[in-house]
Amino acid sequence: MLNAAGTPWMPRGGGFLLDATAPGQVFTPEDFSEEHRAIARTTDEFWRNEVEPHLEAIQRQEPGAAVSVLRKSAELGLTAVLVPDRYGGMELDLASAMIVAERVARDGSYAAWHGAHSGIGTIPILLFGTEEQKQTYLPRLVSGELVGAYCLSESHAGSDALAARTRATLNAEGTHYLLNGQKMRITNGGAAGLFTVFAKIDGEQFTAFLVERGYPGLSTGAEEKKMGIKGSSTTAVYFDNVPVPVSNVLGEIGRGHVVAFNILNLGRLKLGPFAVGGAKQTLGDSLRYAKERHAFGKAIGEFGLIQHKLAEMAIRLFAAEAISYRVTGDVQLRLAGFSWDKPGAAATMMKALEEFAAECSFVKVFASEMLDYVVDEGVQIHGGYGYHQDYAVERAYRDSRINRIFEGTNEINRLLAAGILLKRSRRGQLELVEAVKKLESEIGAGKIPGEPDPVARSKKIFLLCLGVAYRRFKDTLDQEQEVLAGLSGLAMGAYAMESVTLRAARMKSAGEMARVFVQDGMAQMENTARGILAACLEGEPLRATAGVLHRFAEVELVNTIELRRRIASRLLDAGKYVVD
Amino acid sequence: MKIIVAIKQVPVRDSVLQVDASGKWIRESELSFEVNEPDAYALEEALQLKERYGGEVIALCAGPARVSQAIREALAKGADRAIHVESDDLGAADSLGIARLLASAIRSEQPDLVLTGLQSDDLGYGQTGVIMAELLGFPHSTIIMQVEAAGSSVRVKRELENGWFQWMELPLPAVLTIQSGISKLRYATLMGIKKARTKEVKRLSAAELGGLAAPVLSVEKVYLPQKTKETQMLDGTPAEAAAALVEKLRFEARVL
Ligand SMILES: Cc1cc2nc3c(=O)[nH]c(=O)nc-3n(C[C@H](O)[C@H](O)[C@H](O)COP(=O)(O)OP(=O)(O)OC[C@H]3O[C@@H](n4cnc5c(N)ncnc54)[C@H](O)[C@@H]3O)c2cc1C
Repeated sequence: MLNAAGTPWMPRGGGFLLDATAPGQVFTPEDFSEEHRAIARTTDEFWRNEVEPHLEAIQRQEPGAAVSVLRKSAELGLTAVLVPDRYGGMELDLASAMIVAERVARDGSYAAWHGAHSGIGTIPILLFGTEEQKQTYLPRLVSGELVGAYCLSESHAGSDALAARTRATLNAEGTHYLLNGQKMRITNGGAAGLFTVFAKIDGEQFTAFLVERGYPGLSTGAEEKKMGIKGSSTTAVYFDNVPVPVSNVLGEIGRGHVVAFNILNLGRLKLGPFAVGGAKQTLGDSLRYAKERHAFGKAIGEFGLIQHKLAEMAIRLFAAEAISYRVTGDVQLRLAGFSWDKPGAAATMMKALEEFAAECSFVKVFASEMLDYVVDEGVQIHGGYGYHQDYAVERAYRDSRINRIFEGTNEINRLLAAGILLKRSRRGQLELVEAVKKLESEIGAGKIPGEPDPVARSKKIFLLCLGVAYRRFKDTLDQEQEVLAGLSGLAMGAYAMESVTLRAARMKSAGEMARVFVQDGMAQMENTARGILAACLEGEPLRATAGVLHRFAEVELVNTIELRRRIASRLLDAGKYVVD
Repeated sequence: MKIIVAIKQVPVRDSVLQVDASGKWIRESELSFEVNEPDAYALEEALQLKERYGGEVIALCAGPARVSQAIREALAKGADRAIHVESDDLGAADSLGIARLLASAIRSEQPDLVLTGLQSDDLGYGQTGVIMAELLGFPHSTIIMQVEAAGSSVRVKRELENGWFQWMELPLPAVLTIQSGISKLRYATLMGIKKARTKEVKRLSAAELGGLAAPVLSVEKVYLPQKTKETQMLDGTPAEAAAALVEKLRFEARVL
């Protein structure tokens, strides 16, 4: 790909912090091809005809209800978008997978079924399976004959997954590993036919295994009683001397963490469209309600405070969409010329995803928080009715909450993202140290803010804080969680603001959303940055640096009240989330 | 059997419509489009006939660049190839003008059967298929619910009024206009969408087909339905009133 100046350019992980990006260089929903749109229409139709009529049955966990819908989706190819042709898959691009994910996520419970099956239930075999394992299991997963599940967490090993106690011991004949232990909170546990299970061989070597439900000694617990996504299946899985053929070791012995972590990058990225799909549903419900519900002689959608909520819901949704598809596009650029038929294809795919591991974490954190905001305001717009189970928004409110917990909690993802950026810098893949030094010399020379564009200055805020924090804590920085999470938040903020601005630059009226987002985002960034600076400096240096920060955080103020009203009235006219 | 299905692209059903500046048509720039519903059933019928009797299904669609979406959909569902009659100014054309273009595109293909939906969801004239049959010199039958091949002819079931039907036989080649809702529409599966990439789409300009004739019928004015409020009191015993209400809900409001 060429950049704005016409020189070859390839996006790189964390590169947004250092490099300027032009609008045409980021992939957005507006760039979907005709084929992408056709896939979206098919998935929408599937939703209306096959999922919606069964939502109550799924919610009540009627036996077989969700699985039969899942199998129907398999007939259309919706469970195997990325899987190669030769295993019965569709062999389409990552954007297609994201488009499908967004459209099956309108209900949290079904999203869990579909997402766990086609994501963590299938992808480990696709990326790490031997040819024989792929031939044995992928076609049966693709068709939905087998439902997939992924067993990493245990009662005392969630975030700290490597502390797992499930053991595997090779039998005397050397033919089978015997698995013993128990996994906790496994999505699709009640119906899965194939489990990817992580266990330690002889209590030491963390390894992944493919375990069929029919193996003797495997059993699953009762359905957990959960706050939300009540129609999804979540159970414990027990292993009592379960014999697993040695040929069912997935990936290398002792390298289970490689399997686990690589799967998570894609899972975190996909959480973006999952949250976006749910948020669109709730925003649509809220817009309709705001038009129908009257108070004080008006539709409540005419009140400024309701318009504020509706507009803000749409703005954050727009931002989550922007970053989700930007990362997708960047991964795809790194996959140019990719084919499953080339040797090392799986490794190429994983490398492209790993390159943007920090951005995948940003998507996970930003999108899950966006959805929580949207459902929360959705309930508020519905007033007392929002508290009733008769209204979809009540369920959406409960269903949303899990997204900040699974696929790595948001705390873990914030720490992880900061860690990745620092690691890339140490490895010489990202010139953060040089950038910090350059900024410091600019500040020394009084070139503040030195840049009219607030998005460019938001990156300077990150670099300013990184420099200060590193001087203060040096090699113990990774012990300072609050500072790390703060830095992560700054990088995420800059990424989101830039993505929103770049996306809106090619659109007609979305610029209004971008202006509101940047103005409020800068204030939030300044606040986060102040916390970091005050933890690292004191006295005159603190005052001076806070002054510099304040200059960086300046924005040309716009009337966000008026802009939000305009955004809201467009949404109310359309009756759903549409942007142009 | 060689079957041509003429499909039209119309604004999506739940679109919020606005009348354009001329007052003669709706503003199209902000609308999304989809395959006209009866045409989707015509395509489904064609695909089922092909499954039963073999042959080829060709999708035929006239319109601007945006109709390639409808063409792709037909190909993704299983049409073997497609013909796109490219024209940006069909908005002002009448049924006769469009039927002329379509008939001229059809003639050289020498099909056994031509299917269309019985009417379009936007204009609802219900004429294009019938006029096309006349221009081609083919027999036609309308509001068809079922089609069976019988050697060099077809046996078809037509819908009449009040739950009455009629079976009739037509010699081939023939034109049939298909009723909505007669079968279950198939999906454009992801595999189908992918396969459509390599299927042939022949592009013909209106000029190549003899040009678009000046309309003999033109729209003077379109307007949004006026909303009015009217209260009716239903007399009689509660049971009679309830029966009358059900009747009205079913046949006047058409909500039951
Ligand atoms: C509905 C549901 C479905 C699930 N599906 C699956 C599944 O299919 N497969 C699977 O393997 N797992 C699944 N899980 C488990 C899920 O991944 C874990 O619950 C999650 O990783 C958090 O682990 P934990 O519950 O042990 O919390 P803990 O790790 O105990 O975390 C508790 C709190 O401490 C914080 N914390 C933990 N470590 C740190 C740290 N180092 N620094 C700062 N804060 C920290 C966390 O952020 C959190 O706020 C599911 C969970 C739920 C609720």
